[in-house]
Amino acid sequence: MSDDDVAPQGAPVSTGGHEPPERDITDGGPDMVQFLAADGSRVEVTPTTEPYAAYLEEIDHEELRGFLRDLILVRRVDSEGFALQRQGELGLWPSLLGQEAAQVGAGRAMRPQDYAFPGYREHGVAWCKGVPPENLLGMFRGVNHGGWDSNANNFHLYTIVIGNQMLHAVGYAMGVSRDGDVGTGDAERDTAVMAFTGDGGTAQGDFNESLVFAAVTNAPVVFYVQNNHWAISEPNDRQFTIPPYRRADGFGFPGIRVDGNDVLASYAVTRHALDRARAGQGPTLIEAFTYRMGAHTTSDDPTKYRISAEVDAWKAKDPIDRMTAYLRAEGAIDDAWIEQIDAEADELATRIRRACQTMPDPPHEEMFAHVYAEPHRLIEREAAAFADYQSGFED
Amino acid sequence: MSTQTSTATRMTIAKALNAGMRAAMERDPKVVLMGEDVGKLGGVFRITEGLQKDFGEDRVIDTPLAEAGIMGAAVGMALRGYRPVVEIQFDGFVYPAFDQIVSQVAKMHNRSLGALKVPMVIRIPYGGGIGAVEHHSESNESYFAHTAGLRVVTCSSTEDAYWMMQQAIASDDPVVFYEPKRRYHERGVLDLGAQGGALENAPHALDEAVVRVEGSDVTVLTYGPMVKVAHAAAQAAELEDGPSIEVIDLRSLSPLDTEVIEESVKKTGRCIALSEAQTFASITSELAAYVQEHCFYHLEAPVLRVGGYNIPYPPSRHEEVFLPDLDRVLHAVETLLAY
Ligand SMILES: Cc1ncc(C[n+]2csc(CCOP(=O)(O)OP(=O)(O)O)c2C)c(N)n1
Repeated sequence: MSDDDVAPQGAPVSTGGHEPPERDITDGGPDMVQFLAADGSRVEVTPTTEPYAAYLEEIDHEELRGFLRDLILVRRVDSEGFALQRQGELGLWPSLLGQEAAQVGAGRAMRPQDYAFPGYREHGVAWCKGVPPENLLGMFRGVNHGGWDSNANNFHLYTIVIGNQMLHAVGYAMGVSRDGDVGTGDAERDTAVMAFTGDGGTAQGDFNESLVFAAVTNAPVVFYVQNNHWAISEPNDRQFTIPPYRRADGFGFPGIRVDGNDVLASYAVTRHALDRARAGQGPTLIEAFTYRMGAHTTSDDPTKYRISAEVDAWKAKDPIDRMTAYLRAEGAIDDAWIEQIDAEADELATRIRRACQTMPDPPHEEMFAHVYAEPHRLIEREAAAFADYQSGFED
Repeated sequence: MSTQTSTATRMTIAKALNAGMRAAMERDPKVVLMGEDVGKLGGVFRITEGLQKDFGEDRVIDTPLAEAGIMGAAVGMALRGYRPVVEIQFDGFVYPAFDQIVSQVAKMHNRSLGALKVPMVIRIPYGGGIGAVEHHSESNESYFAHTAGLRVVTCSSTEDAYWMMQQAIASDDPVVFYEPKRRYHERGVLDLGAQGGALENAPHALDEAVVRVEGSDVTVLTYGPMVKVAHAAAQAAELEDGPSIEVIDLRSLSPLDTEVIEESVKKTGRCIALSEAQTFASITSELAAYVQEHCFYHLEAPVLRVGGYNIPYPPSRHEEVFLPDLDRVLHAVETLLAY
């Protein structure tokens, strides 16, 4: 029985607040697709996991090392973001610690023409889509509200309002269908869209509406819910009583739960869903079963609401340790390789830090730029008045 | 101003709001709090801290992350006889609930020809100046003031936070209660001495404007986080033997206390409407229009609006020039006096 399969029939009626059922939130249950166990050993392929396992057969050691490299570097991007916030260089940082495999697996499964619609924690997907990590910092430093060119890497701006981007993804995917960019059999043309949100996000109206739209339009979209078990202070049982992957069924398309700490599984399952979408077979909902190891953001204090035993249990499932153990056992990596990646991570961290510290403050007149695409009288008047007022302070 | 007596305590606006909710919950078992993270965490600003511990999960409800859901469910609970106090986590996240608020919350009483009441409080931490990311610093009070059927109020002091929260909860109308987040941690005096905590003895009615600083040359009409700025401008002007500025804290944005406004402007002859919000089609627009319509023959100069520019709330590195400060208020004062 999976941990979230609760919904007990005839349970005692409570008057409002409810007792969360006893559950083991570290166990993804028998439906969860997994290829690497927590200790890094390969899990036997079953009839359920077989369709996904096929994707792993194509992968050679070189590519596997690439997965681990991504995991390590993405973690470093994240820890650098965290450190920069603590040093006052960033106003806020939402950490992805623990969710690297969920994101790298999904990101690696995407093709360049596939489009990602992230929330605000998808630093690993951004990495895989080739977005320079420095680009992510401006928003958290307060110099812009996004700032990168989404179309340069097919990675949309971060979306802070929970759920909004899920509908954007579906609409984009509807456009892809209309353009005939699905089901042509041309690997460079057929396009899919990925929409990312958290477990809390599944409660939003926008999320549920996006499932409706995707279903009735057969949109080439993959919904990717990272169930990290917490929406700030609220555990899963405040957001749903059946796990997110099972919701897809009610909307009329497949839902899959995958071990989000197993990069091979998240990669294979996402590849499968993206292939379906690109082939014109419609949406899929993937729930990546994972855990938020740190605070929600740097403003949060998880000691107020969660117990450390839970965190410890998930530490034992660390996505990087797991992949490292696997590749070592395979003889695909050795100490020298790890050392080299660590050195690369150091360099990356230095680069990010320098970029952050030397990021210029935008000139204040820029506030009035880009409010409208076409000239707007009020803005022009205000910009002029602002310039005039500011010049009064110059000597 | 209250004086320090044995019954007076100094506390932050945050604590006063908490104390106000606590008093309301003790008084009326039908008062329930709802919102994201309001329980164990006590809200991201800790305004509901400790209340779930003392009143239980049935009265302090951690809701799903769904603003339309929170608001619509609160309507239903109000129809069933409860008094929900709903927390919207940040100003910029009220929009998913906008439809429920303007289509249902605001109109239920009117549509039922007065038969139905939806007594609820919608708490919104609002305004900028805290260095936050996008959607965390908006002043969207004008949207709701524009909608008939809602009362819209905001506080600027510890005393108001305490009393207004209770009055809002006790009101049979839906009240949108804007909490000035950048003032949460400012301290003021709460003196329950004479009032003994009884709501009937609150120092002011919920919809009353209050003169915070008396002056004779220019009236500044303002509210919420800007009251402090206006106060500082009045002090600065006084220190420099400049013009005498009267500061009016509107407290209630819908309805406006027009008597206090008119009385002041007729006395000073000059008026500034000051707010953090963008000025176009806003509370400050309404104030300017109202004053011009009703105090025309008393005015020495046009009414000036001072507020945020008409752009999306900018990235935090622009906040210092986006938010009206002392200089911008004094600049407006000078402009008025030059007429
Ligand atoms: C519409 C909306 N309401 C509230 C918030 C404030 N908020 C930011 S993150 C968050 C929790 C999100 O949890 P989840 O969807 O599980 O994603 P996670 O952050 O855990 O990845 C909340 C309530 C928001 N950003 N948008």
